[in-house]
Amino acid sequence: MVAEIGPSNIESAFLLEALKRGTRVDGRGIYDYRTLKISCGPTYGLAEVQLGQTRVLARVSCEVTRPFPDRPTEGIVLFNTELSSMAGFGLDSSRASTQEVAISRMVERVIKQSRAIDSEALCILAGEKVWTIRIDVHFLDHGGNLIDAASIAAIAALKHFRRPDVTIDGEEAIIHDVRERNPVPLSIHHTPICVTFGFFGASGDMLVLDPTLLEEQVQVSSFTITLNSHREICALNKAGGIPLSPDQIQRCTQVALAKVDEVNEKIQLALKASTA
Amino acid sequence: MASVKIVLPGDIIDTRREEDTTQQESNVEDEATVIRLGPGLVQSSEAVSAVTAGVLHSNSETNRWWVAGNKRRYVAAVGEPVVGVVVARHGEGYRVDIGSAHDALLPHLAFEGATKRNKPNLAVGTVVYGRVVVANSVMDPEIECYNSNTGKSEGYGELSEGFMFKCSLGLARRLIDTKAPVLAALGNGVPFEVAVGVNGRVWVNAGSVATTILVANAIRNSEYLDAKQCRQMVKELLEKQ
Repeated sequence: MVAEIGPSNIESAFLLEALKRGTRVDGRGIYDYRTLKISCGPTYGLAEVQLGQTRVLARVSCEVTRPFPDRPTEGIVLFNTELSSMAGFGLDSSRASTQEVAISRMVERVIKQSRAIDSEALCILAGEKVWTIRIDVHFLDHGGNLIDAASIAAIAALKHFRRPDVTIDGEEAIIHDVRERNPVPLSIHHTPICVTFGFFGASGDMLVLDPTLLEEQVQVSSFTITLNSHREICALNKAGGIPLSPDQIQRCTQVALAKVDEVNEKIQLALKASTA
Repeated sequence: MASVKIVLPGDIIDTRREEDTTQQESNVEDEATVIRLGPGLVQSSEAVSAVTAGVLHSNSETNRWWVAGNKRRYVAAVGEPVVGVVVARHGEGYRVDIGSAHDALLPHLAFEGATKRNKPNLAVGTVVYGRVVVANSVMDPEIECYNSNTGKSEGYGELSEGFMFKCSLGLARRLIDTKAPVLAALGNGVPFEVAVGVNGRVWVNAGSVATTILVANAIRNSEYLDAKQCRQMVKELLEKQ
């Protein structure tokens, strides 16, 4: 089978040449996102994100289960990603490559450890019944920057999702069918969005926002910062690559702050326009 | 004009022609006409059925039928020009990735003027433009970078500068077959070289970095535009420069 190959000589040379002149090979500026399209629906909890050529689908579902014994009053959040050969050449869903595992862990960390979902609100009867929320992320097309697209899809799907309404009657919990009572949204504290930067050149002095697949293959370092609309940093991620200086990190943070506001607006518009 | 007929895999194709009796001689109606099946069609016992989704085309003079579909995964076929990337060097030749399920073999001597003493030395990652020589379902494909009949390179060989990008197979085919309007419109505006591989890869080289990016973006954007819209888009891109 064909293994994953790197970029050709002329592609990397041309990309670096173009970056030295301040342009990118698809004509974008270095701080420009690709066209971002978010669509939610037709069922609750389904969100598809297109970021240029990258396409990601996120689906949220729920189920009533027993809680973990050491956390009897908290609900459970399960996270799963699928990167199959539909997304690109050389990708295989049976072997998860290190890159795929890194992406999956990153998005999971962003959703779970930043406490975006209120898990106490998922409790139905302490010690007996809680909601298990399951988020499945499918990568449909790998055009670069899967982390950003996956985080936007996951959080949009979570905000779009509605779970069945529950009434507690003493020791009994009645879970209402969605046809009897309107389902209720999850309690989401804040909206974390990942913003990824790629660095090029021997000292990492050239940077781009939202790298494409070719830029990801040529970059010497990658840095992801996760922010929410309250201007709080939820996560920073830099795995390997050449070292970055503090003012490069500062510059990225400032750019990311502006971008996160734009993305949040788009998510709001998509939720309003949803067909569910 | 004839209506557009879209077929899906599994559809049985009716290749009898009721309309053009003027072109056929009436005294051969007892003989079966030979029908040539092109890409996307196979014969299963007596019937012809489609194996790809796309638009059904036919050529009445050569009696050839084919399905023009659009995908992004290439299947090698003999005689097609392809753009490949060298991934490994072996004793007998190079292994070249052409986007198909298996890498293609490019023999060391399949270049213009190559002899045992004088072989080209391509590094891993070099981009080459070649022609498919062997392609079937049981062997790895093979390509050559010259015309083996004349011994001349005829444009094939190593592509050393410029930029390469990927596009859909349908766009690549249109760029080669129909003298696409986007290339003509660009040619009126800026000088550039282009090598189109039917495997969905296009190599572009213009004078400067900015012009090369402009040409590459124009070609990529032209996929769903008709001739007039292509010319309009190219005009706007050239003005902005």
